Amino acid sequence: MTPTEIRAAASDSPPSRSVLRRFVESRNGLGLLFMLPAAAFLLCFLTYPLGLGVWLGFTDTTIGRPGIFIGLENYAWLLDDPVFWLAVFNTVLYTAIASVLKFGLGLWLALILNERLPFKTFFRAIVLLPWVVPTVLSALAFWWIYDSQFSIISHVLMGWGWIDAPINFLGDPGAARASVIAANVWRGIPFVAISLLAGLQTIPQSLNEAAVLDGATPWQRFTKITLPLLTPIIAVVMTFSVLFTFTDFQLIYVLTRGGPVNATHLMATLSFQRAIPGGQLGEGAAIAVAMIPFLLAAILFSFFGLQRRKWQQGGQD
Amino acid sequence: MASVEFIDVRKSFGAHPVLKGIDITIADGEFVILVGPSGCGKSTLLRTLAGLENISAGEIRINGRPVNTLPPKERDIAMVFQNYALYPHLTVAENMGFSLMLKKTPKAEIATQVRPAAEILGLTHLLDRYPRQLSGGQRQRVAMGRAIVRDPQVFLFDEPLSNLDAKLRVAMRSEIKELHQRLGTTIIYVTHDQIEAMTMADRIVVMQDGRVEQIGTPLDLYDRPVNQFVAGFIGSPAMNFIEGRLAPDGSRFVAADGTALPLPAGTDVASRTAAGRALVYGLRPESVRLDPAGGVPAQVVVTEPTGAETQVSARLASTGVICVFRERIAARPGEIIHVSVDTSATHLFDAETGQRL
Repeated sequence: MTPTEIRAAASDSPPSRSVLRRFVESRNGLGLLFMLPAAAFLLCFLTYPLGLGVWLGFTDTTIGRPGIFIGLENYAWLLDDPVFWLAVFNTVLYTAIASVLKFGLGLWLALILNERLPFKTFFRAIVLLPWVVPTVLSALAFWWIYDSQFSIISHVLMGWGWIDAPINFLGDPGAARASVIAANVWRGIPFVAISLLAGLQTIPQSLNEAAVLDGATPWQRFTKITLPLLTPIIAVVMTFSVLFTFTDFQLIYVLTRGGPVNATHLMATLSFQRAIPGGQLGEGAAIAVAMIPFLLAAILFSFFGLQRRKWQQGGQD
Repeated sequence: MASVEFIDVRKSFGAHPVLKGIDITIADGEFVILVGPSGCGKSTLLRTLAGLENISAGEIRINGRPVNTLPPKERDIAMVFQNYALYPHLTVAENMGFSLMLKKTPKAEIATQVRPAAEILGLTHLLDRYPRQLSGGQRQRVAMGRAIVRDPQVFLFDEPLSNLDAKLRVAMRSEIKELHQRLGTTIIYVTHDQIEAMTMADRIVVMQDGRVEQIGTPLDLYDRPVNQFVAGFIGSPAMNFIEGRLAPDGSRFVAADGTALPLPAGTDVASRTAAGRALVYGLRPESVRLDPAGGVPAQVVVTEPTGAETQVSARLASTGVICVFRERIAARPGEIIHVSVDTSATHLFDAETGQRL
């Protein structure tokens, strides 16, 4: 091509560029395009089910019959339902006790695993085991452990002569609550322990050595150095732990199905029971939606807890 | 303030010995620097004194009192770490007063003890900041401040300047030396930088491979190194070594390629009996003068003018050497220059044992 031809071709091209082409070549257009798959995924599998659930909560839909909009009638009904309030109480109790135990035991385990001890990697792998096993599987194992006749715990305790008759783990309301909480704690500890262990390992050894030379006792080193430096990680880990526990379903469903006498019914299991076996889709959805304020509160709590502390900010004066 | 003694201190990590019998006596108020290449055991030795590492054998005494079995907090020692080890969640004031806070000292009392230390180090306006908001030099000062507030018997410094840039390092060097003169506390300081050691120390301990090679004042080590290792370690640029033997009549040193070099002044007759033995000729870069009238020929490889002096890499007696001249010379690569050697600052070493003759 001669220079003239090139110039002609160049001046021709701008009008021939389509709107689509200009959109794709612009910085924001390309960005939007790249976000499209993720956005579509979130819309289909997150926003749509959540929206549908919220909508169902305002209808009287049952299985086999599309419902009509009934406003807040489901919620008004739930306010007067003692089983719903029992489930709320159970959920809060379950979450509170299990989270405190998971935090305490998880931190303790993390501190032990952070020390020099033989076969360290082996123990770390073992600790992860409850987390790796599918929940339903471990729930089934606990189902056997808690069996009213063949429970290994009852067997051992009777062998030692501590008790006379097998413990009715899942038959008595108090014992059932304690049993499901114990199973949940067993399953949740690895997440807390391993995450906190990762946090512990980011604390430089020299800080502890400096504290030793400054005259700190082991307890002072824990409270004045380790714990403050670990708080950001603790905030993240415990937020997730609380969310997981609050929405727990599998463990309860396999172990007790909410029984005895609804003593272990959580909001998630009650919602499922009312909606699917019970067929009251609208009411079940309303119970599920009622969990949202609690979860939002937990998230807000962590949002403020997770804010960068003053000492974590650097640089500027 | 206190004296410190290491008596045949040994330490092994598993089967691997890191300290192979260390004997050092440090007087009250002395500024002693442990220097040596990486892995020579100098930091480990410091940590055994602090109580952060146990020793396998031997004894450590502070003020004559054995401290081997004392926990760190009872040894009354303050340490400045290489990474400063400032508590990131505490302000400068809280970092400096941490040891007092642990003893449950009243807040007002802590403040009155922190303030003078902050004033000495020019940290008064930074007391409310967090370590992350400080520059490297300021963090370094806070770490020293934390040690000063403790008013310990001995200060330990573990490579405190190695994370600072070159300019700041020079400034902090004189600041630490000034601090020592002001407080008069015994300081034991570890570094791998021989210039730091030369400029700051009352006495230097040169270590290699878990052993003490030589202890002495900076100029002592520079003028009378006991062996080739110390000679090569102290001084910058490093001493040049030329391999060869004594001439049969014992009057000169003859390099491997036949170049003759004058014997160091004061080489005694006894060492002349070593004629024929393999020797190493140690030549300080500074002890060479331009001497067009004769002397030893050297072929210029690279000329590096620094302004105050000219550093020349050259081949002398078929060995690469570095010479430093006070005058500005414009020798081109490949050119032959003639130099004479100041025999009062050269040394002969036994090639086999490395010992100075």
